[in-house]
Amino acid sequence: MPISLKDEAAIAGIGLTDFSKQSGVSELSLAAQCIKSACDDAGISPGEIDGLVTYTLDSSDEVEVARAVGASDLSFFSQINYGGGAAVGTIAQAAMAVATGQASNVVCYRAMNGRSGKRMGQGVSGDISSSDLIHWSWYTPYGMLIPGSWIAMVANKYMHRYGVTREDLGRVAISQRNHALRNPRAYGYGKPLTMEQYLNSKQIAEPLCLYDFCQETDGACAILVTSAERARDLKQKPAVIRAVTQASSRGQEQMTSYYRDELISLPEMELAAKRIYDMSGLGPDDIDAACLYDAFTSEIIMQLESFGFCGAGEGKYLVREGALDVDGRLPNNTHGGLISEGYIHGMNNIAEGVRLIRCDSTSQPEKAVEHVLVSSGVGVPTGAMILGRG
Amino acid sequence: MGLDNAWWWKMAADDKLGIQRCLGCLTLRHPPRPMCGDCHSLEWDAVEASGKGSICSYTVLRHPQFPGYEYPLVIVLVDLEEGTRVTSQLVGCEPEDVDFGLQVEMLIQRDPDGFKLPVFKLAGSA
Repeated sequence: MPISLKDEAAIAGIGLTDFSKQSGVSELSLAAQCIKSACDDAGISPGEIDGLVTYTLDSSDEVEVARAVGASDLSFFSQINYGGGAAVGTIAQAAMAVATGQASNVVCYRAMNGRSGKRMGQGVSGDISSSDLIHWSWYTPYGMLIPGSWIAMVANKYMHRYGVTREDLGRVAISQRNHALRNPRAYGYGKPLTMEQYLNSKQIAEPLCLYDFCQETDGACAILVTSAERARDLKQKPAVIRAVTQASSRGQEQMTSYYRDELISLPEMELAAKRIYDMSGLGPDDIDAACLYDAFTSEIIMQLESFGFCGAGEGKYLVREGALDVDGRLPNNTHGGLISEGYIHGMNNIAEGVRLIRCDSTSQPEKAVEHVLVSSGVGVPTGAMILGRG
Repeated sequence: MGLDNAWWWKMAADDKLGIQRCLGCLTLRHPPRPMCGDCHSLEWDAVEASGKGSICSYTVLRHPQFPGYEYPLVIVLVDLEEGTRVTSQLVGCEPEDVDFGLQVEMLIQRDPDGFKLPVFKLAGSA
């Protein structure tokens, strides 16, 4: 029995549907399509899938998905809570299942009609009964109904404390849009973004404006996890999971961790960073590129600090130096990210992490990419992983 | 309302801002929860906050505009003088006048349907 997940499992296949604002098909259809695509990518039959992992927010239950794609016997299935905080957590589940023999071929998926169906920004309501709904009841009576309102409270404090400007957030948005210009799947494909456009855009939840927000997208993404050993025999170059963890820290709330001493850092991301660096034996200097969760631009700058690419308050300098660009120190979200490719709740950022390891991104850096950092949702119970060449 | 939060709203209905207090170790906590994370006591009562505090952080909400709210909406995170924090709304203040560290005072806002909500105004303002 392994005592660490280091190098035990690998991502052998990725599958995505087209992204749009109106898919015209069910979320279950999207799920089936992306899973078939991930199996095709890896060169296995969907009949070989014996494990499925998704988000509690996903509407396509594992058994419905299994029937749709023609999976046979399942020995592992689970769901992870907390919205985009689940992204890497699904991979952690899959890697544990593979490493412990619970399953051999586990598919993690997220399928959503995020624009034409249930939108994320429509507010929280319902009968107050669960602990989760009581949690939201401290915010909704005051009009804090959307993720941007919850995140803005932290972003404003952080920016005030460290002198981060709207232009700094704009630099993040523009860097990712520039990546998306080369990615035909991306919402931002063929739509350049200038600083002038950014600064003149509609204010949503100050200090955040329209271009600080991620997209709303119809689409789906599946990630096939198998053993590192088996992945080497499949069709694609494997992206080996060097380390993966979930992370929630003291005083954690879902989106509103406002009651800790300070609001100027992300303790759960710092926990994730410590754990993946310890597990992998790697450090920030070993990370060549990243797909940091980006529901909002401010989250990128804060995560640069959480993961040790700079000190507290110094993330803005990295952004100003162009570190996130394709030729920068840490090319980030080279597909455009949730902000400019599409919002598949972070699963599409994992897919891009795999492409970077395969040297297959539409914005592949010229330098060698040995290790890629991928993170889950910010401001929620989260997680992170490091992918490496196999 | 649930078993863990109804009391707070009942205090608001009586024009009071409540803070939960552990009876085991007297730690104040907000938002409320059924067990003290420090001493694990299930026993608690509530104290009435003075309503005085300062702005720890804030945001101004402009879009999307939901029915029942007046925009722009100034939302504040208030450091109460008792030591806990509470999320609320700042009323009677233009968005350009809100800032970190400003002193604020609680008042009770009554909706047309009678529902009472603790909100804040800048200290000394009308």
